[in-house]
Amino acid sequence: MSSASLTPSTLESQWRLPSRGHVGMLCLIAAESAIFIIFVVAYIFYIGKSISGPTPKEVLEIPIFATVCLLSSSITIHLALSSIRREKLGAFRLWWFATFVLGAIFLVETGMEWKRLIVERGLTIQTNLFGTTYYSLVGLHASHVTVGLILLFTVAVFAFLGKVRSEHEPRLDVLAYYWHFVDAVWVIVFTVVYIVGR
Amino acid sequence: MYRDDVLMIGYSPQSELPLRRSFAPLARWTLFPKEFGKRFLLAIPLLVWPVLVLASDPPAIPNIFRPESTPADEIHTISHFTLMITGLIFAVVFSLLVYVIFRFRHSPSSDDVEPPQVYGSNQIELAWTVIPVLIVLVLFLATARVIHSVQNPPRPAATLDVTAIGHQYWWEFRYPALGVVTANELHIPVSDASSPSPTFLKLLSADTDHSFWVPLLAGKTDLIPNRLNTMWMDPHKTGLYVGQCAQYCGTQHAKMLLRVYVDSREQFNAWVAAQKQAAPSNDAVAAGRKIFERTACVNCHAVAGTIADGRFGPDLTHLMSRDTIASGAAPNDHENLRLWIRNPDAIKPGSLMPAMNLNDGDLDALVAYLESLR
Amino acid sequence: MSTDSIALTAAQDGPRPWSAAVHSWITTVDHKRIGILYIVLSLIFLVIGGIEATIMRIQLIVPHNHFVSPQFFNQMFTMHGTTMIFFVAMPILFGFGNYLIPLMIGARDMAFPRVNAWSFWLTAFGGILLYFSFIGGYGLYGAGAAPDVGWFAYAPLTAPAFSVGHSTDFWTLGLLISGIGSIGAAVNFVATILSMRCPGMTLGKMPLLVWLNLVMGSMVLFVISPLTAAQIMLAIDRFLGGHFFDTQAGGSAVLWMHFFWIFGHPEVYVLVIPAFAFISEIVPVFSRKPIFGYPIMVAATVGIGFVSFGVWAHHMFTVGMNSYANSFFALTTMVVGVPTGIKIFNWIGTMWGGKLRFKTPLLFCIAFLFQFLIAGLTGIMLACTPFNWQLSGSYFVVAHFHYVIVGAILFALFGAFYYWFPKMSGRMYNEVLGKLHFWLFVIGFHLTFDFMHIPGLLGMPRRIYTYEPGRGWETWNLISTVGTIFQGIAVLIFVWNLARSCFAGKIAGNDPWDAWTLEWSTSSPPPEYNFAQIPVVSSRRPLWDLKHPEDPDLDV
Repeated sequence: MSSASLTPSTLESQWRLPSRGHVGMLCLIAAESAIFIIFVVAYIFYIGKSISGPTPKEVLEIPIFATVCLLSSSITIHLALSSIRREKLGAFRLWWFATFVLGAIFLVETGMEWKRLIVERGLTIQTNLFGTTYYSLVGLHASHVTVGLILLFTVAVFAFLGKVRSEHEPRLDVLAYYWHFVDAVWVIVFTVVYIVGR
Repeated sequence: MYRDDVLMIGYSPQSELPLRRSFAPLARWTLFPKEFGKRFLLAIPLLVWPVLVLASDPPAIPNIFRPESTPADEIHTISHFTLMITGLIFAVVFSLLVYVIFRFRHSPSSDDVEPPQVYGSNQIELAWTVIPVLIVLVLFLATARVIHSVQNPPRPAATLDVTAIGHQYWWEFRYPALGVVTANELHIPVSDASSPSPTFLKLLSADTDHSFWVPLLAGKTDLIPNRLNTMWMDPHKTGLYVGQCAQYCGTQHAKMLLRVYVDSREQFNAWVAAQKQAAPSNDAVAAGRKIFERTACVNCHAVAGTIADGRFGPDLTHLMSRDTIASGAAPNDHENLRLWIRNPDAIKPGSLMPAMNLNDGDLDALVAYLESLR
Repeated sequence: MSTDSIALTAAQDGPRPWSAAVHSWITTVDHKRIGILYIVLSLIFLVIGGIEATIMRIQLIVPHNHFVSPQFFNQMFTMHGTTMIFFVAMPILFGFGNYLIPLMIGARDMAFPRVNAWSFWLTAFGGILLYFSFIGGYGLYGAGAAPDVGWFAYAPLTAPAFSVGHSTDFWTLGLLISGIGSIGAAVNFVATILSMRCPGMTLGKMPLLVWLNLVMGSMVLFVISPLTAAQIMLAIDRFLGGHFFDTQAGGSAVLWMHFFWIFGHPEVYVLVIPAFAFISEIVPVFSRKPIFGYPIMVAATVGIGFVSFGVWAHHMFTVGMNSYANSFFALTTMVVGVPTGIKIFNWIGTMWGGKLRFKTPLLFCIAFLFQFLIAGLTGIMLACTPFNWQLSGSYFVVAHFHYVIVGAILFALFGAFYYWFPKMSGRMYNEVLGKLHFWLFVIGFHLTFDFMHIPGLLGMPRRIYTYEPGRGWETWNLISTVGTIFQGIAVLIFVWNLARSCFAGKIAGNDPWDAWTLEWSTSSPPPEYNFAQIPVVSSRRPLWDLKHPEDPDLDV
């Protein structure tokens, strides 16, 4: 059965729509951004409103090293993707693993910071409004980093088994969108918690 | 159920549609869609009649269209304006819909040719965009004026300040300048337009969210913990105004009733004078007072002039000056008072007053004591 | 254009054991089956929610009634609202969208079939978890306590101090889980509509139902997330001792309200926009004319989508915001009524000059138009802040939003059921029973909800298990309760009609309504792969062009 006047084959070959993987990931990022915005709004609203307990100025130390690691991991994942586009599998594996390591360092640093705050400074999620909003916001971000690391690690395993090739690049690009999102959120969280809120 | 003269409202005898006075034909209508429109014409008197009933209510019914105080008056005026506009929109669109249903129905006799395929019209669509925007503009400007007027009232010298604190499930009223503390029944003076004496309420909450709503006197304002809200009213007429909590606050939200007694200036001054006094000490009920002070009553309740100074429950210093107990849940008489103490769940299940588990003798003595708190 | 309908639905090697059939439904990733699963889930919860409503109306039929305890009544209104919004309205709209979108855009399935199935099962699990609270929840009153904090669960009533036990936790977790399912479904909708349209179907040539579901799906991404965030915060308060909404520690009860209504208001547009979609598909077909003003309908919907995020605090007019905030939200709320009202005019414009065929789907659409008009106008009354100070928290609001959700959304859904039932089942429903359902439901709806406005005007607040006599509320409550009988009977007739017609209805054929969008080119029901050949389209009504080659749709 024919449609009106267009030749199906010419129209179909010109018919380009955005890739569903990218659209899907962007939608997920939109939803997650909305969740983060609400936590950031709560954090900002409660700045200075704790009725007791340690204040941010007293206990927070700016996590420069962790931040540099995490933001560098955006660069390394970008380098990993350009490597695999040019079929440089060795370089890809190197940069991809570096991304994973840098993200893991960030997470470990966050854990150590929390240990210091809880044990030495007595700040827990129950202590006061600052405690509640701080651990929730940073924790929400850290949970997203953890999910990202699990995904990165899975790909790393496949990469080291030699199963990842340039035709998989679009899917890795989708994962890289997520990872860049996680880094961008950290920029905002860092600014709100360690700069504005202190 | 429907009076004949009410049926006349909505369409004229000259209309080509016959009056239907019984509902037997209604059954026939259900299966014949071309009489669809007639059914809606009958709906108009059905909707008009309640409005006629509403317009003649006595003030015992908290009808928002019978305001007796300036904030409620201002709301009443803007509500009429809004109803006029929405009524007009309703009439126009309703008529269009009824017309379309009748005029463009497919008659089986006509051929099967499809009607002209019209896709839209820029002029018509522009018109029916611009007109609603203008309506919104007008309505918004009128609304904004009333918002500012009600929320920024003047405070004349004779203003009375009352602090209302919401509890689960009762109202605490304090008159800081007069040194009076009472519960559930609010007494305020009537306000005369020539020399106004409004009452300004500070609204606080001890636990969950509540809302102070006495429709004849003002719109409602919420009582929210950790937040100070204010509202005002200047009643024009003396009398009893009823209301209740309007924000779900827990199990007995339904019986957190409000009674506002608007007194003349003399009555109000007399009431204040009586409330300021401490509870008289009366040897006849000493036994009951001892029970009150020895059992857990004093943990929650206060009676001025005694050792009882609990704040969790209502102040009982002048309990018998109130018409009701349990925040309006029951009239304040001997049987109810006794029942309330013996088993609060019989009157207000889920309230926070515990059953006091007293034997009959103690209970009688206690009630006698409470009945001495005038 | 018809596809070769190879009957894959027929048994290949003799009758299958029932366990294999159940297994195939549980593991399906076919969008049509998932759509039907969503719809069946919703119908089950609709009946349960209806029973909860009936219990409440019986309790309120006379003042000081003792049909149920106050504790149980408070659980009823909480569960009724929560169920109807999250486990009836959302799933049924996702269900219809799931079924229809791929068919209407000429695709074989949704973009992410497995995510689609996962989203459905999450929603179902969330509902089961919520209802488990009846038997497993320990609340203030002993074992077995469903949530009783109201469907919007205001703080600090939900704090551990005031909501002892786990009943509120069931509310929080059940909705958290189903919310994740909703986000998954929304991601699927957007990705499918943007990435899977057949050749020639530009965004300007999609059926309106597809456009409106695109807007709805995009909105859900930003609508459910604030609720998810707020519920995580509530969970942190209740489980980990946090203080997000702990007023004793300086927390703010109003913050919960802001977060909740930033979800809650756009949510009702998420619910009503797919209802608009149904009307926009059914009215043209039964008027025999295209939709009047397609571009404006799209623009108005997108406008509603954006503006609806700026009106939320009209639920908080009584909270004590300053006059500037109150004025701002009054303005935005009135503004959002403009594109909404325009759509009503466009639907009237569609019927104007047409040849209306009063079959059951159109009857429900016409009732929708009358009722949505009234609902919108009572909404304008509520938008006027001072008027709102009297009406908010009263039965006027309850009547208003039931007018929207039942009078508009549910009526549109009934229309959609009757319109697409032949496509989904392959058979026609019984038209006489359909009309009987319609008229009984109209009578019952109006008895219940028209007169419900009046107690609100006379000072009756909502969420009360009983009320005082002598305040003028008795008669209207009685009438409202009587209306539920008619609605109940009507719904029973509806279910009977559909169930029986599945087996005994007349065979429908591909296109019983002489309609114009792509789903009517497949067999009824469509084969699993939808189209043997992906279609190529060149206008908004591909089947109209085929049937009327002398008068094809111009690209207006």
